[in-house]
Amino acid sequence: MANASNEHIVSSYEDELTQLTRAISEMGGMVEVAITNATQALIRVDHDLANQTAKADKAVDDMQRYIDEKAVSMIARRQPMAGDLRHIVSAIHVANDLERIGDIAKNLSRRVKHIDSQRVSKQLYNGIRHMSDLALAQIKRSLDSFTLRDANIALDVCRRDDEVDALYISLFREFLTYMMEDPRNITDCTHLLFCAKNLERAGDHATNIAEAAYYLKTGENLYYDIESGKVQLN
Amino acid sequence: MSVATEILQPNVKTGKETIKMSGQKVCVHYGEKQALFDVDLNIVANQVISLIGPSGCGKSTFLRCLNRMNDTIDICNVSGQINLEGQDIYDKSIDVVELRARVGMVFQKPNPFPKSIYENVAYGPRIHGMTRSKDELDELVTSSLRRAGLWEEVKDRLDQPGTGLSGGQQQRLCIARAIATKPEVLLMDEPCSALDPIATAIIEELIDELRENFTIVIVTHSMQQAARVSQKTAFFHLGKLIEEGPTEQIFTNPHHKKTQDYITGRIG
Repeated sequence: MANASNEHIVSSYEDELTQLTRAISEMGGMVEVAITNATQALIRVDHDLANQTAKADKAVDDMQRYIDEKAVSMIARRQPMAGDLRHIVSAIHVANDLERIGDIAKNLSRRVKHIDSQRVSKQLYNGIRHMSDLALAQIKRSLDSFTLRDANIALDVCRRDDEVDALYISLFREFLTYMMEDPRNITDCTHLLFCAKNLERAGDHATNIAEAAYYLKTGENLYYDIESGKVQLN
Repeated sequence: MSVATEILQPNVKTGKETIKMSGQKVCVHYGEKQALFDVDLNIVANQVISLIGPSGCGKSTFLRCLNRMNDTIDICNVSGQINLEGQDIYDKSIDVVELRARVGMVFQKPNPFPKSIYENVAYGPRIHGMTRSKDELDELVTSSLRRAGLWEEVKDRLDQPGTGLSGGQQQRLCIARAIATKPEVLLMDEPCSALDPIATAIIEELIDELRENFTIVIVTHSMQQAARVSQKTAFFHLGKLIEEGPTEQIFTNPHHKKTQDYITGRIG
């Protein structure tokens, strides 16, 4: 049987679905690199790397447009149903979140030139690095949950968003302390605080991607309840 | 403004669903060959239920059980129970002609009688003695044609042959004919398969309006059509009812893998 492997009777449809997943993986790779580079640029005060990273965001935007167009065209031509419909709809969602993470990387890069590295303590940069590592791990795992269609990884990503949030709050307190100690720190610390906030937002986008992956796999909507700190089914 | 608010209103389920027809352990044999295996299916009043599945899956066979059209096939043997409002339609006391007046049918190919448009619609009510005067019959023909969305197009040529109409018009004439006997349930066996998209859209619009007064069971090969017109969908495969549920769930999140494979085009 040609369909024993559970592929479409129409092979070009199958190819298009595969291309869509591949495009998401590629876009995911692009934003992971962007966040890594932006963080490096911040910590090393590397203006070249910062410029490069900011410029690279255009490719991420283009990729999102490509995925959107592909998805819309598939909806129009193939009238997808059930799992295929969820696949295409969640691809649109994921591409949107990845594009926003790309914007965050660009935003981080643009702050490099505003921060006076001589004044900023190494410890503060450590906080940012830690934040970036956590957010990146969340992004990576959320993309895994999407490409592997693994609902358990998706749930795990949603649960771990707490850690990113907690780190952000502790960094926020730390920055406040520095600002109170010496008002000359205010400009730099504010920039870094925005960076931390941006990375916390990147973590939220990872949660959205995991939610889309969960929906793709199960057909059920997940949502994360901030009050109870629990992942719930809608 | 009020129109906009109405449109935005979600389709709220009001009250309890009433079961109009139900099949229990329905098996059908054509001679030695078994075509349906223990089908249990409820048909809810004032809803449209779509029966989908690949060719030869038994969906049309099941549809034809609902008004005993299978009786016309000698080698066909139906077992199990089919109830219409709690009454077994295969009971000896049932008058099949009366049953078919209560459970009307529209076929795949429009099949108007070789008579005038008027006579096509008037035929059923006349043989069932539903009207007492010519005026009453006229009234019934007019209202049936109106409800089938055909009145405006044919009101000036009621005496012309029904076969002279276009395919889509003929199908609406057949629907008018089917609803003229005031059936409670309307069975439709691929009513749009021979029609163009515009005629199809008109019939689909009609199905939605007819749901107010009738219970509709539709067999369709078009998944999109099932998704558009029905509230419930039942998926048949190799003579078995695999899955049945709200249309939205079947088309976004089917529980059974076979259903998923069929509606996404993975099994033929």
